[in-house]
Amino acid sequence: MSGLNMIVCFKQVPDPEAPASALKVEGKEVITSPDIKPVADEYGEFALEVALKIKGSIGGKITALSLGNNLARDVVKKSLAVGADELILLEDEAFEGSDNHATSHALAAAIRKIGEYDLIFCGRQSSDWGVGQVGLSLATQLGIPAVSVVRKVDIVEGKARVEEVTPDGYNIIDVELPALFTITSEAGALRYAALKGIMAAARRQPTIWKAADLGLDPSEIGTQGRVNKINKLYQPSSEVKCEIVEADTPAEAGAGLAEKLREARIL
Amino acid sequence: MNNSKGILVIGELSEGKLVSITKEMLGIARKLADESQQDVSCLLANESVQQTPQEAIAFGADKVYTAEDPALKSGGIYVYLQIVEKLIADISPWAVIMGQTYLGTRLSPRLAAKLGVNLTTDCVDLKLDPDKKAIIATRPIYGGNVFAELSSDLIPHLVAVRSKAMSPIEQDSSRKGEVTSLKAEIDQSVIKTKIVKSVKEEVTGVKLEDAFVIVAGGRGIGGAEPFKTTLQDLANLFPSAATGASRPPADDGWVPEAKHIGLTGRIVAPDIYFAIGISGASQHMAGCTGSKTVVAINKDPEANIFKLANYGVVGKYEEVLPAFTEKLKSLLAE
Repeated sequence: MSGLNMIVCFKQVPDPEAPASALKVEGKEVITSPDIKPVADEYGEFALEVALKIKGSIGGKITALSLGNNLARDVVKKSLAVGADELILLEDEAFEGSDNHATSHALAAAIRKIGEYDLIFCGRQSSDWGVGQVGLSLATQLGIPAVSVVRKVDIVEGKARVEEVTPDGYNIIDVELPALFTITSEAGALRYAALKGIMAAARRQPTIWKAADLGLDPSEIGTQGRVNKINKLYQPSSEVKCEIVEADTPAEAGAGLAEKLREARIL
Repeated sequence: MNNSKGILVIGELSEGKLVSITKEMLGIARKLADESQQDVSCLLANESVQQTPQEAIAFGADKVYTAEDPALKSGGIYVYLQIVEKLIADISPWAVIMGQTYLGTRLSPRLAAKLGVNLTTDCVDLKLDPDKKAIIATRPIYGGNVFAELSSDLIPHLVAVRSKAMSPIEQDSSRKGEVTSLKAEIDQSVIKTKIVKSVKEEVTGVKLEDAFVIVAGGRGIGGAEPFKTTLQDLANLFPSAATGASRPPADDGWVPEAKHIGLTGRIVAPDIYFAIGISGASQHMAGCTGSKTVVAINKDPEANIFKLANYGVVGKYEEVLPAFTEKLKSLLAE
């Protein structure tokens, strides 16, 4: 089997390495300070790497797919720079405020519009809301089988053979195509883009689909399409005061720490 | 679904006993049900449920539904989903509580999509809204830097709760309840996944979730060996201790994935958490926020971990930790 059609869904998120102080709750929104750069969610990047490996071994076409509004071009075009063949953005003001229900609904509509596909890859969960639902919800809506938290995908005799990470090891699972997999970190980091790829990606424009292009009613997407109501957001008070044990040498500090913990009856 | 009534707990069992998350789910279900005059039911589905229905009743269930079939153990999630869907269609519960576990994280999103309702995952608290029409679920977002209180107008309310976040009620073996055995009618023809092989990666010693002391290492450890020596030496001082890791050591294969603590790994809540060479990224800290005392050793004085730890030493762990272990050993022997 060759020439598989693959779709990789990925999300733009605020840099997860940003310190807590860079996040602020304003009403029912989390605002990140302007110096925090958006990045492609790393689980989506792991998913793209899995697709690239398959393309490298048996060939195929990769369509990268993302949803949002005002997506940063350098973030989304990275997919093209590393080897995705096409980039489709569901970009519309109407998508703002989507929860995972509205997001998976819109992604399902886009994937139906794309039409032909053998494999869909998503990240296992994102670093911002970390809900971990979109992939499985999408597969359920499309009526295709899915395996979540996958670290390896091989194509064997027209089927996918995948490794699913379990709490005490892993399962090897055979799955009929078309299928969807959500990818975990053990799959390995996304390759670096070669300069040639970056230059080529810079010249290309993503395909933009608006909600109306997908035949979606405003009531199904964005804030209106939410089934998950935000009652309140708040930041936990972080008033931990760390007692630093100091000494002339690291070894003495280590011994001092033992005494301190013993005195405090912690150990 | 205005006639929807009752709280259904999707119970989990292992080797003929309820696992602790099931008791925790029954505990919160009992509390919510008592406040809203509803019943608690519990599904127990596995190859064999043994004495767990009685155990579930003792921990707060009014009704227990059992399903027994070898395919429930070995057949994968789509087998399980069929049983749950059928039960929900039959009893139309007002709410369904699942665990943020291997089973629950695979079951709950599929179920929500099938029913077309909301699901809130990874809940650390559940309460009724003031008019008792909905569940308000609290979950961490942005790696635990923000908390969200979420609800929905759609019924049934689906929630997946985090391990160790809720309390079980006291076991009362005199509680009475009803046990109904469901016929496991499984349609294999619609199942397009097949488990070819299950591989267990043995982790010896105390399980992370059960440990009172955890000695965790991060990227700063630099390799596999110190986990077995320097970190293990400290763990060996305690009767119930285990070593763990943040994500980089697990991704690099220094430790098995089963040792990975964090948002996408194990969620732990020991009495003492030693964070050695761990920067304190929120992805990792989200997995150990329940720890009573956090002790950090890191060579970088600016590391985020020092904003989260109760005690700390700035220095190379290779020098600090052996001296700490040695001193503690002699203090504990006194």
